[in-house]
Amino acid sequence: MSARTLFDKVWAAHEVVPETAETPAVLYIDLHLTHEVTSPQAFSQLKSLGLPVRRTDRTLATLDHSTPTRTEQVFGSTPIVMDAAAKQVRAMEQNCADFGVELFGMRDPKRGIVHIIGPELGASQPGFTIVCGDSHTSTHGAFGALAFGIGSTEVGHVFATQCLLQRKPKSFAVNVGGHLKPGVTAKDLILAIIGKVGVSGGTGHVLEYRGAAISALSMEERMTICNMSIEAGARAGMIAPDETTFQYLKGRPRAPSGGDWERSLARWKSLPTDPGARFDASLDIDAASLAPMITYGTNPGMVLPINGAIPLKSGDAVFDKALAYMGFKAGDAMLGKPIDVVFIGSCTNGRLEDLHAAARVLRGRKVAKGVQLLIVPGSQAVKREAEAAGLAQIFLDAGADWRESGCSMCLGMNGDLVGKGKYSVSTSNRNFEGRQGVGARTLLASPYTAAASAVCGRIADPRELL
Amino acid sequence: MQPLQVIRSKTVVMASTNIDTDQIIPARFLTVTTKEGLGKELFADWRYDAQGNPNPNFVLNQPQSKGSQVLVAGKNFGCGSSREHAPWALLDFGFRAVISSEIADIFKNNSLKNGLLPVVVDEATHAWLIGNPGADVTIDLSTNTLTLPGERRIAFAIEAFARYGLLNGVDELGYLRSKLADIERYEAARGW
Ligand code: SF4
Repeated sequence: MSARTLFDKVWAAHEVVPETAETPAVLYIDLHLTHEVTSPQAFSQLKSLGLPVRRTDRTLATLDHSTPTRTEQVFGSTPIVMDAAAKQVRAMEQNCADFGVELFGMRDPKRGIVHIIGPELGASQPGFTIVCGDSHTSTHGAFGALAFGIGSTEVGHVFATQCLLQRKPKSFAVNVGGHLKPGVTAKDLILAIIGKVGVSGGTGHVLEYRGAAISALSMEERMTICNMSIEAGARAGMIAPDETTFQYLKGRPRAPSGGDWERSLARWKSLPTDPGARFDASLDIDAASLAPMITYGTNPGMVLPINGAIPLKSGDAVFDKALAYMGFKAGDAMLGKPIDVVFIGSCTNGRLEDLHAAARVLRGRKVAKGVQLLIVPGSQAVKREAEAAGLAQIFLDAGADWRESGCSMCLGMNGDLVGKGKYSVSTSNRNFEGRQGVGARTLLASPYTAAASAVCGRIADPRELL
Repeated sequence: MQPLQVIRSKTVVMASTNIDTDQIIPARFLTVTTKEGLGKELFADWRYDAQGNPNPNFVLNQPQSKGSQVLVAGKNFGCGSSREHAPWALLDFGFRAVISSEIADIFKNNSLKNGLLPVVVDEATHAWLIGNPGADVTIDLSTNTLTLPGERRIAFAIEAFARYGLLNGVDELGYLRSKLADIERYEAARGW
């Protein structure tokens, strides 16, 4: 057999019916993750057709997007303030009960952002196909899974058949050589990659991140990278499984165990791209050349090294509109710009390592006057671990707001919002207009940069505080 | 889903590139549990001011846009979030097709599944359409052609199976369910 990529192998292993000129492939889905925002219409479709969820054992549900993060609203007697959100949460509880789907409900210690809990439980595994009605499903590609976001209609398809109709995307190798310098993180690397590929450069492709810099990353860092593949327009992002992957998975509650572990391991080791396999496109980047990155515009491709200046571009109406929205001028330096809010969390940077990074900067320091620092763990498990490790205390001592888990200010569906015209340094993944609230101005950065900026009250280079 | 064959309409142009689904339908309107009625929130943050009054400078609020079924948008339309609420809102507003030089993958998939036709055209055709808002166009799915004023015909590509579904108003779930025996065989072979 000819040399194949990781993606080719995972794809081929899940073709129930191969594609033809007339029909897409019927692709089997190993793990279906779901949350309260994109599933109600799919459940309704099943109800109207009188169909069950075909494989409840391959389906996991959580509440994350519209859930409150204030402890008294999650665990106390204070109700969810937003009526529509409360209704959606109740609908999810009802649907999961009706269809027998396992739900991590509001007070479940396993609850969290859907892309944090899959890996944390060991449910996201190498060689799997994983889907969710959510574009950041690409996160799970860090395990060597083919993981991608789908719409609500497709959520219904997977519920009913455990399969999807799909055309095979093209492959794209992102070769990352060298090693990241101190203070430069996986978040900076993926922002730099998006800056190079462009926000639509990955359209129709599955990215495979490869090379020495990628192999050196922890699983948490790999998830940060794969998470933002969609921001380059890609269908998915993948990283070949290796010892780091296996060590991470071993002993997790839903990972294989005993003889099953050995058999899985043998299978997983056969997944990496064969030498000489061909990709449809490729890009080379040198990790050692990178500085901490920050966005200045209204899409994640409008990104700069933190000590850089906004480029000068004449006659580009879209560029001008983005700068006007941000209240910036071409030629402006990013360092030293005043900020109002800092958000540390989301499925990009809401894992324990991210909180350790934030704590490294915040330990023994205070949040600048007039700045709100909101730290939201990605899951209840992350919250417990951060509290046990003493991180939560460091955050509280610094003057940060420490919350229950959820998507929170990443998209502001639950009422955690950035005010109109305010500047927010955020560890999330999207700086679109209004993403964090109507008129909110988002600057995407790493947990280091976010924490350093919170302390300084301005956009700051974290390397000076580490 | 209604069968879709020919759309004749004036175009509405939104020239910005990278219009993301957070703009098409902002997150705070995603707390619905049905698909209907999202048209009033389509492009809400561009369409209304802080008091909820229509912004007269926004193209969809202008009289010439009324009744248009074809949106011509800048490159990479529909990027970002996978929310199917985006095509639902566009359809509910009255659009039946979106034309661009590039349309984001998930949005394109979601559109096809709801009877909103994504039409990807070459850069030159795209530039002409962007420069000529209100042009009378005809999109004929039975021949895969977009006809511009002056009988200029442009062929566009669309995935064969999705096209069949749109032309006949059939959804894909029926087809997938017809493969249940194959799916069961697959599961058995894998011991899954
Ligand atoms: S944290 Fe943000 S990007 Fe991640 S799933 Fe939640 S809303 Fe989506």
